[in-house]
Amino acid sequence: MTDDIATLRRILKTCKTVAVVGLSAEWHRPSNFVAKYLQSHGYRVIPVNPRYDSILGEKSYARLEDIPEPVDLVDVFRRTEDVLPIAHSAVAIGASCLWQQIGVVNREADAVARAAGLDSVMDRCVKIEHARLFGGLNWVGVDTKVISARRPL
Amino acid sequence: MSDHRFRAETLAIHAGQIPDAATGARALPIYQTTSFVFDSADHAASLFNLQTFGNVYSRLSNPTVAALEERVAALEGGRAAVAAASGMAAEAMALMTILQAGDHVVAAGALYGGSVTMLAVNLRKFGIETSFVDATDPAAFAAAMRPNTRAVFAESLGNPSLVVLDIAAVAAVAHAHGVPLVIDNTVPSPFLCNPVAHGADIVVHSATKYLAGHGTTLGGLVVESGRFPWDNGKFPGMTEPSPGYHGVKFFETFGNFGFTMRCRMESLRVYGAALSPMSAWQILQGVETLPLRMERHCGNALKVAEFLRAHPSVGWVNYPGLADHPQHALLQRQMRGASGLLAFGVKGGVATGVKFIESAQFMSHLVNIGDTRTLISHPASTTHRQLDADQQLAAGVQPDMVRISVGLEHIDDILWDIDQALAAARA
Repeated sequence: MTDDIATLRRILKTCKTVAVVGLSAEWHRPSNFVAKYLQSHGYRVIPVNPRYDSILGEKSYARLEDIPEPVDLVDVFRRTEDVLPIAHSAVAIGASCLWQQIGVVNREADAVARAAGLDSVMDRCVKIEHARLFGGLNWVGVDTKVISARRPL
Repeated sequence: MSDHRFRAETLAIHAGQIPDAATGARALPIYQTTSFVFDSADHAASLFNLQTFGNVYSRLSNPTVAALEERVAALEGGRAAVAAASGMAAEAMALMTILQAGDHVVAAGALYGGSVTMLAVNLRKFGIETSFVDATDPAAFAAAMRPNTRAVFAESLGNPSLVVLDIAAVAAVAHAHGVPLVIDNTVPSPFLCNPVAHGADIVVHSATKYLAGHGTTLGGLVVESGRFPWDNGKFPGMTEPSPGYHGVKFFETFGNFGFTMRCRMESLRVYGAALSPMSAWQILQGVETLPLRMERHCGNALKVAEFLRAHPSVGWVNYPGLADHPQHALLQRQMRGASGLLAFGVKGGVATGVKFIESAQFMSHLVNIGDTRTLISHPASTTHRQLDADQQLAAGVQPDMVRISVGLEHIDDILWDIDQALAAARA
């Protein structure tokens, strides 16, 4: 599992296309908050949720394997016990990072992703980490743990 | 690989402030502006929906104030913090975010007088009742808990009682009842004591005192540990859709800083006790030297306590930094030092005590604490005069008590002024 600032920064700088598994179309759900935030910060969001045709202006797919274009990061908003098959799918479609959201901690899935050479993050929020490391979270008084003499880039 | 853990001396200087993204300014810019522009209508909507982080209006957030918030959160080992216009405003915001009409609070009796009044008089007007208990007895906290108790409130080091709270024991009482422990950590400052490390859930500060340290600027902070389980069924305001913020569920959406977000959006935004950017900047100038100052405050106070104890005109001395103080072992377990605050009684009672205060040459007679200057006061006739005699004793205020906030002047000069004032008082 990845947990340090340097690696998290590299992941968030290099991954540009994010498949959000379990993305809700309801605006006040955390997954929708995250996807909306990622869109407004230059990321391409691809919804993965069989219950919808499209979310936030993007076509929604039933499964990761149905997405017809390369995916960099697979962001998982599902229960911990449901993550393992998603990890196998993330490896199968050639993603470079498996990211389990806050409260989602499937260690088997983490091991599968790492064994296949993917970066693996658990129990963290993509939006919160992006705002922590590239600016924004500091404006609401959260301890970002960033100590640096360089401008945020 | 894990990140380096920085120590308090480094956090006091760096946490919350990296060089300005726009200009590269190394010191903290003062963003003296009420408002911030939106890039587009969609950006405005995202900000108001809390879908993206950003500044809208300085009553809600401001980049200069945010640097202070993050720095104190880091120094406390908390997850997040929100600043307020004063320590009392911070305390009110913390309690109003947790409590609603019909709720009950268990509080230490030995509290700052303003806190006693807030709980016993002002919150009572809104249907929130408080039971005050002996701060030295965790069992007394347990005995006072009721089904509708929603918070436990105490000071880590009592002002001016200097009662040391057994934070871990009282936290265990609060957590057994599924309610948060709120600690006023003003007197030790985050350098001497981190209540979160001992189990506290919310920490409040008057930044006016040691955090600022210069006696120029009012301010307060609410710090959240990030560990309290707000979804235990007792805090629907944290888990249900917020009617005051178009249906956001604060704990679900913001997780371990959900309390701070709700405090910001429902208490700070609505009641409006915002800290000005200029004040935040002035407080931060003090915070940078907090560790150095606290070491000297503690060292000077110990020498004053030893001097007073040996002085024939002094009846009693209360300073938990003294090795034979009954709470010295507890203090050493929880704190790096006992602060610059101490209390004593001048032989001859109230009149002699008042004469001592009026005879000081450079020790200032005023009611603040935590200044560079040595400050003296008579709590029974000032900070605690709104309380009746029984409430005063419960708050640890004896009629003859003189409180000293020992400053950073040379110790020989402080001892000289105390000695000459004692001589004048007893003449």
